[in-house]
Amino acid sequence: MEPFPLIEFKNVTKRFDGRTVLDNVNLRIYEGQITTIIGLSGAGKSVLLKHIIGLIQPDEGTVCLRGKPLSGVRKKEIADTVKQMSYMFQGNALFDSMTVYENIALPLQETTDLSREEIDRRVRTRIEQTELGDSADKFPSELSGGMQKRAALARALVTDPRIVLFDEPTSGQDPVRKNAILSMIAQYQRRFGFTAILVSHEIPDVYFISNRILALYDRTIVFQGAPEDLEKFDHPFMDEVIHSLEGLQEELTGLHSRRQFKVLYQSQMKRKALDQFYVLVVFTLEGLDAIASGMGHEAAQEAIRCMGLAIEKHFGPIGGVSTRLGINEFITMLPYSDMAEAEAILNNFAADIQREDIVNILNGARRRGGEGQCVEIGIKAGLAQGRPTVEVGPVMNAAVEQQKEIARLRCIPDW
Amino acid sequence: MRRLLMLFTEPFAFLGRGTIQYVGSMGASAIFLVLALLKAFRKKQLPKIVQQLYYIGARSTLIILLVGLFTGMVLGLQSYHALVQFGAQGALGTLVALSLVRELGPVLTAIMITARAGSATTAEIGSLRISEQIDALDTMRVDPLRYLISPRITASIISFPLLTAVFDIIGILGGYISGVLLLGANAGTYLYRVQASVEMKDITDGFIKAIVFAVIVSTVCCFEGYFTHMRTDSHGAKAVGLSTTSAVVLSCVLILIADYVVTSILI
Repeated sequence: MEPFPLIEFKNVTKRFDGRTVLDNVNLRIYEGQITTIIGLSGAGKSVLLKHIIGLIQPDEGTVCLRGKPLSGVRKKEIADTVKQMSYMFQGNALFDSMTVYENIALPLQETTDLSREEIDRRVRTRIEQTELGDSADKFPSELSGGMQKRAALARALVTDPRIVLFDEPTSGQDPVRKNAILSMIAQYQRRFGFTAILVSHEIPDVYFISNRILALYDRTIVFQGAPEDLEKFDHPFMDEVIHSLEGLQEELTGLHSRRQFKVLYQSQMKRKALDQFYVLVVFTLEGLDAIASGMGHEAAQEAIRCMGLAIEKHFGPIGGVSTRLGINEFITMLPYSDMAEAEAILNNFAADIQREDIVNILNGARRRGGEGQCVEIGIKAGLAQGRPTVEVGPVMNAAVEQQKEIARLRCIPDW
Repeated sequence: MRRLLMLFTEPFAFLGRGTIQYVGSMGASAIFLVLALLKAFRKKQLPKIVQQLYYIGARSTLIILLVGLFTGMVLGLQSYHALVQFGAQGALGTLVALSLVRELGPVLTAIMITARAGSATTAEIGSLRISEQIDALDTMRVDPLRYLISPRITASIISFPLLTAVFDIIGILGGYISGVLLLGANAGTYLYRVQASVEMKDITDGFIKAIVFAVIVSTVCCFEGYFTHMRTDSHGAKAVGLSTTSAVVLSCVLILIADYVVTSILI
């Protein structure tokens, strides 16, 4: 039986100046999950999100929270309902005349009767959790884009909401930062247990953190379900939106998208006998921060691209399925190898990468970021064995724990 | 035929649309004002009101002192030369004091505060609006009217009469400097005439005007900033600029209109 939805849209229609933005939208969002609303820019995703928090009222239809309609009830009831929600704006909407600390403290100061000490304790806790300790007394304009996002997230979480709405949390960020922000949302969602509703067009990155996808296309929701099910969805939305956006992502690494990786992983697991093994290899490119800060983000992206090409070159021909796991992490699944064989393949890879590929990675970064810069980079790799009956998470963690350095290179300034 | 008909009806339609829009915005600003005033008595408002008193009131003092001093001086200068033609230079104190207390004090104070604090209020609230900071307050369940508007209107209602009093006193002093110290009018006569001619009613009328102007200026400036995003003629930073301009122009015009209306009622 399907669980009871936390939020439900029933035939919601919204028009602005006679132009229909949402047309007969029906959707369901479930508690404790990360739900992502995807669609192209200007499709009405933010309008949809603003209906949930009550910033916009529908012209027709109903928005229900735990089965109760948000419209047509008393103002106090709406306020009590909305009390459980926080909203993180696309542009963060931090108060630019207040420090980070004051921004985070504001909702507690204005909406609760907590003592000054208690407010201070709660704000300091959130500041620590979002790693903003050194920036508490800075103004938003003095922070980087990523730090501003963290400050906005800390403010959204300080009232312990049950539902957090994120309006394009990665907009305007480079690919490295995008991954960092999405990882941060997933990490905090697990830690605090809130229901997260994201609006994004960062396809396929959002699949990896989402439990459920809602596809907004042509003013209505055309798909709602798990990210894996989207692969089987036969609709013009797939060609016009998903594949075009995925193409952009694959250009960077040359690897499979995360969604493709997930689908391939699942199909491989279905084909395998329950006692058969597979091997996961997790790679980490060290020194990416130094490249980004010393040579710029374009250089960092080029280093990521070169690393992806090197992995695909070695593991692709032998049936390896690879994708990017985090900012500087990659994962390869070797579905047909056992541990001994995988170790031998990895040793060959290590020899090749130390001899040739690591130089290509650093040269690629230097070409984009300036010849005069000198940084040190390293590559770590770790293996772990899994079976179809075992969850992939622990296998990945085991591979990360097994990581050891397989290559290192320090450039010479006049190189 | 239809076009010909439209040629006749369009001016009336235009007039009608304009009137409806004007009446609508008058009604909206009246509701805006009442809601903001009601929220002034909620808890946690006092620190915000004190903060705005400092910004609108205390920080406007210097400009009010300067404008008041020179207004009084020029009034003393012009009046002395006019009165001396009739041998009535003894009435200088009366003329300066009554002009300032009844008219110039409240009006010029209101215009100066509009220029200094009113414009800044519109620009600040408008910027908060276009950068979604007011929406952010809504999503945090912080009432923007209570948090942003109410303290500003309340502080204006307190500040305007006080600054008007400062303006009046310094203006009378300015008249003394130019009339007595520079042009040689009799000091005792000047001060006696000031004391004898200014009655309590003049002072209370001046304060009533100051309060009326405070309500007008603060409501117009806050309203224009708060609804910057509703402008149909522009968006973004340009809308903030236009809202600021229209807030200042509208406030000044309304101050002068209200001055006439209030004077005709009080006189």
